[in-house]
Amino acid sequence: MGETPETIVDVRLETVAERRPPLPARAVRDVVFGVSDLTVSYGDAAAIRGVSFDVYRNFVTAIIGPSGSGKSTLIRCFNRLNDLIPGARVEGRVLYHGIDLYAPDVDAVEVRKRIGMVFQKPNPFPKSIYDNVAFGPRVLGMTDALDERVERALRQAALWDEVNHRLRASALSLSGGQQQRLCIARAVATEPDVILMDEPASALDPVATTRIEDLMHDLKRDYSIVIVTHNMQQAARVADMTAFLSVDVSPEGHRTGILVEYDETARIFTHPADGRTQDYVTGRFG
Amino acid sequence: MSAATAVGVRSRARRGTVRAALFRAFLLLSLAVGFVALGALVADVLWKGIPYLDGILLTEAPSADPDGAGARPAILGTIYLMGMVLLMAVPIGVGTAIYLEEYADRERWYNRLLELNIQNLAAVPSIVYGILGLAFLVRGLGLGRVLLAGAMILTLLVLPIVIVASREAIRAVPDSIRHAAYALGATKWQVVSRQVIPAAIAGIATGSILALARAIGETAPLLLVGALTYVAFDPTPLGAFTALPIQIFQWTARPQEDFKLLAAAAIIVLLAILVTMNAFAIWLRDRYQRRF
Repeated sequence: MGETPETIVDVRLETVAERRPPLPARAVRDVVFGVSDLTVSYGDAAAIRGVSFDVYRNFVTAIIGPSGSGKSTLIRCFNRLNDLIPGARVEGRVLYHGIDLYAPDVDAVEVRKRIGMVFQKPNPFPKSIYDNVAFGPRVLGMTDALDERVERALRQAALWDEVNHRLRASALSLSGGQQQRLCIARAVATEPDVILMDEPASALDPVATTRIEDLMHDLKRDYSIVIVTHNMQQAARVADMTAFLSVDVSPEGHRTGILVEYDETARIFTHPADGRTQDYVTGRFG
Repeated sequence: MSAATAVGVRSRARRGTVRAALFRAFLLLSLAVGFVALGALVADVLWKGIPYLDGILLTEAPSADPDGAGARPAILGTIYLMGMVLLMAVPIGVGTAIYLEEYADRERWYNRLLELNIQNLAAVPSIVYGILGLAFLVRGLGLGRVLLAGAMILTLLVLPIVIVASREAIRAVPDSIRHAAYALGATKWQVVSRQVIPAAIAGIATGSILALARAIGETAPLLLVGALTYVAFDPTPLGAFTALPIQIFQWTARPQEDFKLLAAAAIIVLLAILVTMNAFAIWLRDRYQRRF
């Protein structure tokens, strides 16, 4: 066998995670999302079960875990995008600044106005670069000084210098990495409170990935960010807090995602409390 | 060993080449059958009709004298019919398609019934639509044998085509676009009106014009709702009317050879309108696709 691969990963993750600046103390953290006993089912099968944790303001919170552990299902609860899937049922509570997102009097459209999202595959609208960024402000009626708003969003997404001379060109003419930054610009144009990112760099090359990660560091000054990633190095580089989901297989063979451990990223990657987390971050996950 | 393998490869490759050549020949033959048949028909029509394709044909009403007979009422009738079909079939058809694709809950029995109905309607012979038009529009509603009744029955006839084409176009818009719009706080109506329909518009336009192309050649249902074979005045929506296919039908049925040539000239006019419509469909599609 020779050198075991997990040692290499282990060392790198630890150094990366430990290089991060210290986090504010628990007492002064502001809770954006309070998740308690959350269960999401598609038809009869539960995709995630009994998930509870808090997401803090101006933090980057990573959700990591193997395929099928319900990472995307979990992040889609924060903007009620699961509503669009027929047969999806949500039990438990997701409090957003103390308000239950799934209360009967809460309008999903109002929720999504405050919580932006970036998807796994870049999905620009088949319109011009300008119209992509302006879509959110337009549907929300923020049309005053729209040009300035679009420019600000494109600058925040570090895309302005590359596209300012061709804002009327089709968004589909951009490269994959540019398209994903355009999607980030589109999400921040409405000045949301939170940005959700569902594996935003999984379809991108390493250079584009680095740019997106750098962007997250800048964006968390103004926004709270929740990111799903299956790339542990990425979680170690960008996240303040990390939630580790795993797959629980019932005796009947049903596979359900459960939250194993939630802690500061440095701890998750250096001194995890749970053996399953340890196995996963060291690459010994079976 | 390796040489033998290589020889095998070569002979197999040659066999593949022969097959590919045969297949190519078959494809060319199929193409030729269609082209030659169509070409012969068009050439025949042009040969016979061009001498009669003049100002008289376009501006005069039909007459017992072939040299002074024209198809002006029929040409206008066809143009009015197409305009009215477009105005009725596109909003209803696209609306139905949007409902079925974006709003309808497939679990509901009435939506499944609706869908089944539309599929079956597309297969109903056009003469049956004519009988429906006669019984329901002309007599039942007391509309009479008027242009509007003809336009309404042609609308019913092509509605399934518009619906099916529009549904295909709407279904081709990826869900990632809808999700992106929803995630920005758009309402269902905003998602549909600002993203889905603009993205599907090229397919919807093409389907609608192909539906019109189907309607323009229909004769049987129009005869049943009372299109006249001899109309000497310009049509109005609530008056008696005729249309080009009916005028052609009437002229070819007459014994004099000159009227058969006149019919050929009218076919050229019908073909010209058809080609113009199809060209417009292509232009529309290219225009909307080029923008993005």
